[in-house]
Amino acid sequence: MHRFANPARFVRLARPLTAWFGWGGAVLTLIALTGGLLLTPPDYLQGDTVRIMYIHVPSAWLGMAGWAGIAAASFTQLVWRHPLAHVAARASAVPGAVYAAICLITGSIWGRPTWGTWWEWDGRLTSMLVLFFLYLAYIALAQAAGREEGGQRISAIFGLVGAINLPIIHFSVLWWRTLHQGESIGLSGSTIDNRILWPIPIALMGFSLIFLSVVLMRMRALLADAKVEARMKRLAST
Amino acid sequence: MNAALDAWPYVIAAYIVAVSGTVGLLGWSIVALRRAEGRADALDRQGKNRNA
Repeated sequence: MHRFANPARFVRLARPLTAWFGWGGAVLTLIALTGGLLLTPPDYLQGDTVRIMYIHVPSAWLGMAGWAGIAAASFTQLVWRHPLAHVAARASAVPGAVYAAICLITGSIWGRPTWGTWWEWDGRLTSMLVLFFLYLAYIALAQAAGREEGGQRISAIFGLVGAINLPIIHFSVLWWRTLHQGESIGLSGSTIDNRILWPIPIALMGFSLIFLSVVLMRMRALLADAKVEARMKRLAST
Repeated sequence: MNAALDAWPYVIAAYIVAVSGTVGLLGWSIVALRRAEGRADALDRQGKNRNA
């Protein structure tokens, strides 16, 4: 892990990976969305609205995975003081917030024809909305912290504490039985018919690769900004 | 689910939100990266010219 503590070495590796992840993700997402829109049959109960699942599930996964990434990077920052950990956490926040927002909006659009309402204060929806607000708070905090070590430590602690919300989101459909359906895709299998299910793993993979590509781009941009700032300071002091 | 309800406007609206959000995020990240690396490269060149 500390092999990549040198930003120049990290950037050399990240540059080709950014393009590979971006293009690979775009191709897989296109296949999944085409399949989801045109090739899968409508659900016997929900009809064509079930097609919203192919974008809603990946965005929910990325909204949560983004914060899991922030928590893991924050832990690495606090325990091993890895110089790139704070950069990685900061870079994950905006894409995580975007996908949490997409999850909330597409879920609301799905809810209107299925439940007859755009919004319900149920456990899953509310905990996902809390995650979105946590992202906004983290972005503000990390921005305010800048390159100051104390501020970066506070945002890392916030990143770790905010991870408490992840199991709440996951188990909310079991703890509070309201409008949102229970778990239909788990580690042990799925209750969804294979003819409807097949684009989901492709969409998860495609959106995840796009997410990784965005995180790498943002990390490279933050490192380039840090380089410029450090050089400007050096120039100003001479 | 109301059987008479046309689902496609909802499906299309949801796909527009997801695709435009993803494309917007990618576009914004590419522009921000190019600007940041462009500034860093310009400073590198300036430093090299000064040393030369």
